[in-house]
Amino acid sequence: MQKQAIFQSKLLPYALVAPQLAIVLIFFYWPALQAVIQSFLLQDAFGLSTSFVWFENYLELMKDRAYFEAIVRTFFFSFAIAVSSLSFALLLAVMADKPLRGVMLYRTLLIWPYAVAPPVVGVLWIFMLHPSLGVLSRYLRGLGVDWNPLLDGDQAAALIILAAAWKQISYNFLFFLAGLQSIPRSVLEAAAIDGARPMRRFWTVTFPLLSPTIFFLLVVNIVYAFFDTFGIIDTMTRGGPGKSTETLVYKVYSDGLLGGNLGSSAAQSVILMIMVIVLTGIQFRFVERKVTY
Amino acid sequence: MANVTLRSVRKTYPGGFEAIKGVDVDVGDGQFCVLVGPSGCGKSTLLRMVAGLETVTGGEIDIGGRIVNQVEPADRDIAMVFQNYALYPHMSVYNNMAYGLRNRGMAEAEIKSRVEEAARVLELSPMLERKPRQLSGGQRQRVAMGRAIVRQPKVFLFDEPLSNLDAKLRIAMRVEIRKLQRRLNTTSIYVTHDQLEAMTLADILVVMNGGQVEQVGNPLAIYEKPATTFVASFIGAPPMNLMSTRPEEIKSQLGGSASDVGILGIRPEDFVITDQTPAGGVALPLTVEAIERVGAETFVYGSREQEEQRVAATPGELPPGEIIVRIPGTEAPAIGAKIRVAAVRNKLHLFSADGRKRLEA
Repeated sequence: MQKQAIFQSKLLPYALVAPQLAIVLIFFYWPALQAVIQSFLLQDAFGLSTSFVWFENYLELMKDRAYFEAIVRTFFFSFAIAVSSLSFALLLAVMADKPLRGVMLYRTLLIWPYAVAPPVVGVLWIFMLHPSLGVLSRYLRGLGVDWNPLLDGDQAAALIILAAAWKQISYNFLFFLAGLQSIPRSVLEAAAIDGARPMRRFWTVTFPLLSPTIFFLLVVNIVYAFFDTFGIIDTMTRGGPGKSTETLVYKVYSDGLLGGNLGSSAAQSVILMIMVIVLTGIQFRFVERKVTY
Repeated sequence: MANVTLRSVRKTYPGGFEAIKGVDVDVGDGQFCVLVGPSGCGKSTLLRMVAGLETVTGGEIDIGGRIVNQVEPADRDIAMVFQNYALYPHMSVYNNMAYGLRNRGMAEAEIKSRVEEAARVLELSPMLERKPRQLSGGQRQRVAMGRAIVRQPKVFLFDEPLSNLDAKLRIAMRVEIRKLQRRLNTTSIYVTHDQLEAMTLADILVVMNGGQVEQVGNPLAIYEKPATTFVASFIGAPPMNLMSTRPEEIKSQLGGSASDVGILGIRPEDFVITDQTPAGGVALPLTVEAIERVGAETFVYGSREQEEQRVAATPGELPPGEIIVRIPGTEAPAIGAKIRVAAVRNKLHLFSADGRKRLEA
């Protein structure tokens, strides 16, 4: 059996990959290159003159307290989203792994939220938790909580984390379920005979055996929280109140498109690009080697 | 130290499939019981019911005088060796063996001495810090054994523990398991589909087929007096030759007592190549079809000249009309030769026409 395809013409294989290459080059590399170039430029407020300033945009960012705060905020958001989404998804997956009646229906329903677009997720949660419109807000106020995410920055942050984590549960759930099902039943049976009660069995056998899945999902969730939460933030809080929900990605948008500071915005997106390259690098390195337990 | 008694044990799955159709077995203290049968006969299900991994839908399972139908696997005081070993892949060999003891809150010093003793017996001492994936198949198998013996349980359960090993290692481990069981004197139940393993290991052999027990007893007794044609063809390799017979044919050869005989069985080794017909015995003219020389003995495959009808289908059955003759040494007739084989009266096994009943003539 020959694994390599044999083409009659030398040009055909290139013609076949050309559309894909064109898409990648035009829509990914070209804008990325633009961002890199832009990050070395400084424009005046009216866009009339542009000068080449080397790393000044980057140096400005390093000195900018707001940027530092956005970094801390983004890491906090990522951590909170990843941990809450992962733990809740794991709980659901463990329950869905049990042979129960109607388990297929249950599993299918749990996957649905993944199909909802991030801005729609934002709108859904806004409807439920809007201070004057939201159904849940009524109950919260009934419980004596002074609920107003439009004014209270911490509450706004909680809302973003909630919506973003909820959106990601389905994805995590799928991977956890697959991970759980790949654990040989006999290993768990051996643990049961070895006298481990269900909780202990979970923490000493299931959880360690899931560690490759957990690590993979952790990276995916951090990348998600870094970049894909833009839609949710934009529909729910627009970075506010104040700057309490302005993450790095949102800051790129608000500084560049709203603030008109294209040079700084480009420098920020280059920094984000480097972060995602590092994260993906870590992931490939470990996924290929498999996390050893 | 415990007896294991199964009293009309049944297993019916929710879909209505009856996997175990009422099994009674009594395994005495310290005995080695082997459940043997073809795949799908319910032997593994039965073992898993004893372990507590499958629910019991009828009858009673009694371990050491206690009905355990509703008892959790952890509380049955059993240890099990799985076919795929089911080692904890993320734990070292030491921790694999210590896990069950730690779960029971044993002191670390006692755990250490027990694990080290087991490792010494099983020759695993240099490997205690390794992970299962760094071990060979045979070493993994020994770790699985070690995990069972450190617990010092009342009963060992083995679910085809040797079937993932190569032939040579399988024989070596078979002997090891038997020696170990004799020394520890722990009641054991062992599931296998390999009749040779079953014969060599068992104190009590339970031959199962289709969710039922075909025969229970001492392995040699079963070999010498199989109760059904299923047992006759399953126990012994190559299998017993089974021939359907017409009553009048039998009557003329064996005398009047065997009037309802439908099937005649003769083990390959009970034939001799001779021109004489022993008194009360049978003789068959054969054409030699194939010869297998395995060194110490030779198997001659011959076809009977007149074949009337074939025997009810059973595992290990020969094609209709084919007879295996086992002769010592390597001297054998040529292929295509016409020979005559005969068996004496007391080497004949007689069964009813449906193969379900052994007849003593």
